[in-house]
Parts: sequence; C-alpha cells; structure tokens
Amino acid sequence: MEYFIQQLVNGLTLGSIYGLIAIGYTMVYGIIGMINFAHGDIFMLGGFAALIIFLVLTSVFVGLPTVLLLLLMMAAAMLTAALWNWTIEKVAYRPLRGSFRLAPLITAIGMSITLSNFVQVTQGPRNKPIPPLVSSVYNVFGISISLKQIVIVVLTTVLLTVFWYVVNKTALGRAQRATEQDRKMAALLGIDVDRTISITFIMGAGLAAVAGTMYLMYYGVVVFTDGFIPGVKAFTAAVLGGIGSLPGAVIGGLLIGLIESLWSAYFTIDYKDVATFSILAIVLIFKPSGIFGRPEVEKV
Amino acid sequence: MSDTLLSVRGVETYYGNIRALAGVDIDVKRGEIACLIGANGAGKSTLMMTICGDPQARAGTITFEGEDITRLPTHRIARLRIAQSPEGRRIFPRMTVYENLQMGASLDNLKYFDEDVEKIFTLFPRLKERQAQRGGTLSGGEQQMLSIGRALMARPKLLLLDEPSLGLAPLIVKQIFDAIKILNKEQGLTVFLVEQNAFAALKLSNRGYVMVNGKVTMSGTGMELLANPEVRAAYLEGGRH
Ligand SMILES: Nc1ncnc2c1ncn2[C@@H]1O[C@H](COP(=O)(O)OP(=O)(O)O)[C@@H](O)[C@H]1O
Ligand SMILES: [Mg+2]
Repeated sequence: MEYFIQQLVNGLTLGSIYGLIAIGYTMVYGIIGMINFAHGDIFMLGGFAALIIFLVLTSVFVGLPTVLLLLLMMAAAMLTAALWNWTIEKVAYRPLRGSFRLAPLITAIGMSITLSNFVQVTQGPRNKPIPPLVSSVYNVFGISISLKQIVIVVLTTVLLTVFWYVVNKTALGRAQRATEQDRKMAALLGIDVDRTISITFIMGAGLAAVAGTMYLMYYGVVVFTDGFIPGVKAFTAAVLGGIGSLPGAVIGGLLIGLIESLWSAYFTIDYKDVATFSILAIVLIFKPSGIFGRPEVEKV
Repeated sequence: MSDTLLSVRGVETYYGNIRALAGVDIDVKRGEIACLIGANGAGKSTLMMTICGDPQARAGTITFEGEDITRLPTHRIARLRIAQSPEGRRIFPRMTVYENLQMGASLDNLKYFDEDVEKIFTLFPRLKERQAQRGGTLSGGEQQMLSIGRALMARPKLLLLDEPSLGLAPLIVKQIFDAIKILNKEQGLTVFLVEQNAFAALKLSNRGYVMVNGKVTMSGTGMELLANPEVRAAYLEGGRH
C-alpha cells in the first residue's frame, strides 16, 4: 500500500510537468488548429536557459538563496522559450496560415529538428548536469516526499490557477477564446488576431519553460534530446485529455504521469515509454476526441 | 465636409479568380438607413465583408468619414466603429450570451459595458433572460438578437446588418425591424442593411440599392424602388413580403 501511494506521489509530480507542457500543445491547437511539434523543444530550451543562468549566477555570486536562484532560472527560461516560440510562430507558421493542412505540420517538425540540432551544436550532445538545488526529503507515514516534489506540485497549482483566471476572466482570455471559436468574427469586433495568436504562443512557451526548469531540477540533467520524449508524452497527455481542452491537458498530464510511474513500479521500467505511446495509439483509435474533447472542428 | 459616412467606389472583390463584385458604387449618409437588396449570390454579403476588409477589395476605394480604409486590416476597420452583424450571425458558440456581449465591447475595454448592456437588454429582453446560456444553444431568433446586440455594444458609427430577418418567424422579424427603426430614430444610428425581405427593408430605408451579379443596377429612395415596376417584378411580387 505504501509503495502504491509512493508511486502516486511520484506520478503526480511527473504528471504536473507533463500537464504544464500539454497546455501549450492544446492552446495552440485550439487557436490555430495545428500541432506545434516544436513545443517539446521549447520545453527543452527552457531547461537549458535555466541551466545556463544557474551556471552564470553561481559563478558570479556566492551563496545566493535557493529560492531567488530558482526564480531567476524560471524567469530566464520563460524569457528564452517565449522569445523562441514567438519567433517560430511569426517566421515559420504565420506565412503558412490558410495553406494546405500538412504544410504547417511539416514546418513544425522541421522547427523541432532545427531547435534540437541548434542546441546540440551550441551546447554539445552530452547530458548537462546541475548540482542538486533542493534536496530535503520528508517522511510522511512511511512515504518519502521530497521538497522538489512539493515545489513542483505547488508551483504547478499556482500557475494553473493564474492561467485559468487569465483565460476565463480577463479581456485577453476572452479574445483568445473568441479567436479560437471564430477568428473572422473576432477580427470584426476589433480583436487583433495575429497579436492574440502570438500571445498564445508566448503563454504556452512560458508554462513549458517552467516545466523545463522543474524537469531540470527534478532529474538533475538536461540534454538536447529532452524535447522529444517528454514532448511526445505531453502531446499524448493533450490528446488523451482531448486536444483543444485546457482541463483536458491537465487531467491528461496527470494521468500520463501516473500511468508512467505505476507502470515502472509494477512492470518493467524499460517499457514505460512504450506504455505511454500505446495509450496514444489506443486513444487515437477508440476515442480520438479524448476525455474532454469536442468533435473535430476544421480551422481555415 | 459632406454628410456621406461611407463611400464605396468602383470596388471589385475576387474569390481566387472569380469576381464576386464587379465595380460597386454605394454611398451611405450619416443618420440614414440604407439597404441593399438582390437575389441569392448577387454579392451582397461579399460587399458587407469587403467593407470590413475581409476579403479586401482588389480594385476601387472604400472611404469612411473621409478616410481611405480599403487596405486596412479588419480589426483596424472595426476600431473606426464600423460594426457588423454578419451573415450566419457568427455567435461565439462556447461563450455565454453575456460574454458575447462583452466581446462586442472589446474596443472600449468594457468601459461603458454596464450602461450599454442595460440598453441592449431593454431592446431585446430575451437576451437578459438568456445571459448565462451558451451562444451555441440559442434559437435562431435569439442568435440574431445577440448578433445585433453584440454589434451595438461597440458603440458603432455605422451598423452593417446582413440579412437580419433570414430564417426567422414573422413576429421576430417585426421585433428586429422595429428595433432598427428605434435605434435610427432615437440615437441617429446609421444603418446599412442587406435584405432578401425587400418589401420590409425598402419601407424602412431612406435609400435603397439593387445588386445583380456583383453590380449595383438601380438605386433610389426606398419609396422610389418600392414603386419601381422592375423591382416589384423581380423582388416583391411573388417574393417574401
Ligand atoms: N468564401 C467564398 N469563396 C468562394 N466564392 C464565394 C465565397 N463567398 C461567396 N462566394 C461567391 O460569391 C458570390 C457572391 O456571394 P455572396 O456575396 O454570398 O452573395 P449574397 O450575399 O448576395 O447571397 C456567389 O457566387 C458565391 O458563390
Ligand atoms: Mg448573403
């Protein structure tokens, strides 16, 4: 029983990270109807930016408080990821808006490869380690919960609350939802659709960057291929939850995290990724619209 | 300065290689109700959307309050206070009635929202009852009221209405036409409306235009067109009154 609960805690942590990344996939899909395959690499870039700023800060200043360090890492990650995602949308996706459906998809895959190769060339192909930042571990009724895990779950909860508020209660969120539901009409009402789409890419990148920072902190390493596996898992989470649905992305993320850690605990860890991707295949076959999904809406 | 609010000159609009508007000239004066009638496929909706820059005119000019708006992007045109209730109503289906109205008031960042929404609810009490309902679940008539209400929330100088009576029961059509009349009389709102219901539209309008195959073939006061034998034969007799 304790072992099981331990795996739930681990799964929840991992699921938080996947959920944060999944939101970026689902938001972009909702608003322009394309899968931003480069989103996983945006997450990875966030991790690298966090690492670089960490190395710079710790070599210049001695004894910076960990909280401040983490905040600065996240800020650097968000800034870098947002800038990249904003640029990618502007130069690679926007000119293809309104062309045939496969064009932006192919471009997105191209962007993904470009980003990971760029990082491989500039940062090297090896794992980049970071010393443990937060290492306390608490024992609660025989279950060990690390401070890292608490930070991840709390931070995710806070971010999701802010994010929920923005999307549902602010003028920006209304403009995003309007653009998602009827872009032409939104423009007729004075909404700058291009700007709204740009902001959506920036927001998605910001959340992915926080996820990237936490991933780095959790596992202690980052490598240029990190955009791929966690990226595809988060994408699976978005599909499982129902692509286009924000609560779906979060629930899907948590489910994938739980499945992954339970699978690793009770079956063989070597096949944990296979388990996740089998789920993707099964969902796509039997319920392509996912848990909260609507029937497919074509975007033009 | 003339009292012409909107002026359309020689406008041509294409969908790919197909020309939908073939040199259209239309004027709408400040404070009047103008209408455009014509058969299905004549290009009426295309003109309404071309005024709003989507699609943009390939030739000709559109001026609003003396400013050339032909090449402006749609959202910039909207910001000049041209509001449209477009063909098909285009209600945001997964937003509530209230949020749809908020979207209408985006231009002023909801500054006058509370005050204006009460006016809309007075004009269309039905919307008040339905304010928490999702747009997509409204009836056709309610959607039409919402579409007009949403356009009015922008405090427009020019209101474009594309077939407000389409598919609605006669009683609701009357309610909507009465509302247009009130807005025009009491607030001096300029309205440019497209209608297949030619009789009701011409009766309501100061000025009318007839469009055939992407061209304006006739124009005159509402009364003149109502009395015109050609118009009567083509759009009134045997048509929907
Ligand atoms: N999005 C579009 N793509 C291609 N052709 C269109 C499109 N919209 C309208 N048309 C064509 O343009 C012509 C005018 O259409 P429209 O402006 O909708 O006429 P009306 O509103 O008078 O019924 C029609 O021949 C129609 O088929
Ligand atoms: Mg039409």
